[in-house]
Amino acid sequence: MKALVITAARIFLTTLREIFDESAYARFLSRTQMVSSPAAYAAFRQEFEEARTRRPKCC
Amino acid sequence: MSGEPPSIVRSSEAPLLFELTAKPRRPPIALQPRIRHNARLDMNKTLSMLAWGAVAALGSAAVAVAALHRGEPINALWLVTAATCCYALGYRFYCKFIAAKILALDALRATPAERLENGRDFLVTNKWVVFGHHFAAIAGPGPLVGPVLAAQFGYLPGTLWVLGGAVFAGCVQDFVILLCSVRRDGKSLTEMAKEETGRVGGFVAYAAVIAILIILLAVVALVVVNALKGSPWGTFTIAMTIPIALLMGVYLRRIRPGKVLEVSVLGFVLVLLAIWGGQWAAQNPDTASVFTLRAPTLAILIIIYAFAASAMPVWLLLAPRDYLSTFVKLGTIGLLAIGIVVMHPTLHMPALTRFVDGTGPVFGGKVFPFAFITIACGAISGFHALISSGTTPKLIARETETRIVGYGAMMAESAVAIMAIIAACVLQPGVYFAINSPAGVVGQTAAAATTTISSWGFPVTAADMQALAHAVGEQTLFNRTGGAPAFAVGMAHIFSQSLGGESVMALWYHFAVMFEALFILTILDAGTRVARFMIQDALGHIYKPLGRTSWYPSILATSALIVAAWGYFLWQGVKDPLGGINSLWPLFGIANQLLATVALCVATTIIIKLHRTRYAAVTLIPLMWLVAVTFTASWHKLFDPNPGIGFLAQTRALASGPATAATARLIFNDRLDAAVTAALIVMVAMVLIESVRKWIGVLTGREEARVKESPFVMTRLAEEQA
Repeated sequence: MKALVITAARIFLTTLREIFDESAYARFLSRTQMVSSPAAYAAFRQEFEEARTRRPKCC
Repeated sequence: MSGEPPSIVRSSEAPLLFELTAKPRRPPIALQPRIRHNARLDMNKTLSMLAWGAVAALGSAAVAVAALHRGEPINALWLVTAATCCYALGYRFYCKFIAAKILALDALRATPAERLENGRDFLVTNKWVVFGHHFAAIAGPGPLVGPVLAAQFGYLPGTLWVLGGAVFAGCVQDFVILLCSVRRDGKSLTEMAKEETGRVGGFVAYAAVIAILIILLAVVALVVVNALKGSPWGTFTIAMTIPIALLMGVYLRRIRPGKVLEVSVLGFVLVLLAIWGGQWAAQNPDTASVFTLRAPTLAILIIIYAFAASAMPVWLLLAPRDYLSTFVKLGTIGLLAIGIVVMHPTLHMPALTRFVDGTGPVFGGKVFPFAFITIACGAISGFHALISSGTTPKLIARETETRIVGYGAMMAESAVAIMAIIAACVLQPGVYFAINSPAGVVGQTAAAATTTISSWGFPVTAADMQALAHAVGEQTLFNRTGGAPAFAVGMAHIFSQSLGGESVMALWYHFAVMFEALFILTILDAGTRVARFMIQDALGHIYKPLGRTSWYPSILATSALIVAAWGYFLWQGVKDPLGGINSLWPLFGIANQLLATVALCVATTIIIKLHRTRYAAVTLIPLMWLVAVTFTASWHKLFDPNPGIGFLAQTRALASGPATAATARLIFNDRLDAAVTAALIVMVAMVLIESVRKWIGVLTGREEARVKESPFVMTRLAEEQA
């Protein structure tokens, strides 16, 4: 039961991180071998925004 | 089998925050070996049959109570029970049937997320994470606004359409298109339409997206205008979300890079403070006069805002507002679901009202086809097909997961629509009609409006409305068309019964208005930007620099073009004495269902090409229904002799009436709306004819039945598992 709750909480948190792009930023840092900083975040946004802002969101 | 699978960049190089759960892989549904029965399995099967039989019986009873009960109000829990049972049965049986018999989901087939994994677009992701991601993208204000407007027919038509439409059409569309896109390396609906049905399908999908975006943006902007006009509290709160978003943007960029959840919580707390501060702003005469705005002023401010948001750097305003809006959206939907189940309020709206005959004040037209046009998101929405063929297919780890993501997320959206119906129908019908009826229909004064509405058999007094307005902190609630204010009053009514009582009803009301307006403004700025990119892509074929998304003259020109297009319809809606939403919402519904027509044509074509023609009815029947609905609605909007419904009849009525300064403009607007409707219906006909020709060609053997799927590659996730 405890394991189930922990797994559910983990999935919930991961889902939020994915929805809120924190996971994407972590993958970007890992891929580019950068550490989190204003410059790294600016680079991430630059790479990410072109694709993200083209995504349609439903009505 | 196609030899060696390509190498896969796995999480050892790019660590995922959540590793794919280790779970025994099942063989593909269609290939599952026949299991030898034994006594224990028989027992389990019997218990399962009994359990599902009980669910079916409970669901039938709940639907029967909702449908047949007359006279006394019913409890909202009947609707909740009916919905829960319908979704459970639909998912367990219908979705499984489609997965096994038609699509033959194959868990051994590598998905594009695995084959093309690049750590950016293509990424193997846990199915619940994809589910959340997909739901956050498909759930917008549509399932909240449409059902509230359609409640003028009573709670029954909307409920039946939301349940039946979702289980048999909307979920099917999302699921099938998602799987088709997964099998085509995550291709978009436009690309699939071009490849599977022909060039017309691709062109119509593109045109439909542009049309939907323009009409949608105008309609949702109008909803915000109607929610905020004459409301200093609401206007102050929403105005404050702009500096809050800017602050979040700077915080994310400079102070705590990448901590989006943290900054969203901070932003949410600031928004709550803004709601609380709005009360002060409304009570202070100086600030109240600044924030008490008329509809035209609000429309101009929203147009300026959207232009600025489209042209400004994304990180500064658009992205933080998007995060804040998503945070509030998910939280509020969850809160509303809990509120409805815990409080199980009574529905005061009858099952059917007299307005099923087409004489309704909220929008003109009979229950068929207009209930089915008014409620798009929540039952079936073509726009979802864009998301099912956009980001989501690039994240799916195994084909079998498309069931829960495609079919399941649409069920969740449908449940949101049921909650919206409940929120609208907990109001006394007289109050509902007083809020949602335009002044042009019920009269300009409170006395005239209440007399008119009471004469319809829905008693309401000016004193009741004044007391309600006072309770929610507004000067008046008459003529607040668009659906959002009625939803906010209903939501505040449900919440105030459990949390804080009547004394905090005003806070709940403004929380609900803020939630909807924030939601809608995010759609406005993001939608304007998406439309801008689409226009730039198209113009880039004519003159290359116009296609460059970083060239500022192009950014400004295309942003202005898009904002002018939807801004015109918004202005038209604001100036329309009949409430604007009356004519614009059906146009949006028709445009949205046009896209669903394209998606279902693509799905049917693929099913026929897969030689599963005997199951083609699964997508063909929803398609035929949508075609019947869109054609009938368009016919009425064009040629109905009632000026309250038909655009052309209205031009004749205006031309023969007393000429005013606005007459020429109103006539032009009606003709423009008629032309847009005609163009949409011609596109429906074009895509349908092209698809039927393709089906006949394949079925008669004149055309090769070749689907454009990516070759089969065996998944390596199962090997890693072993």
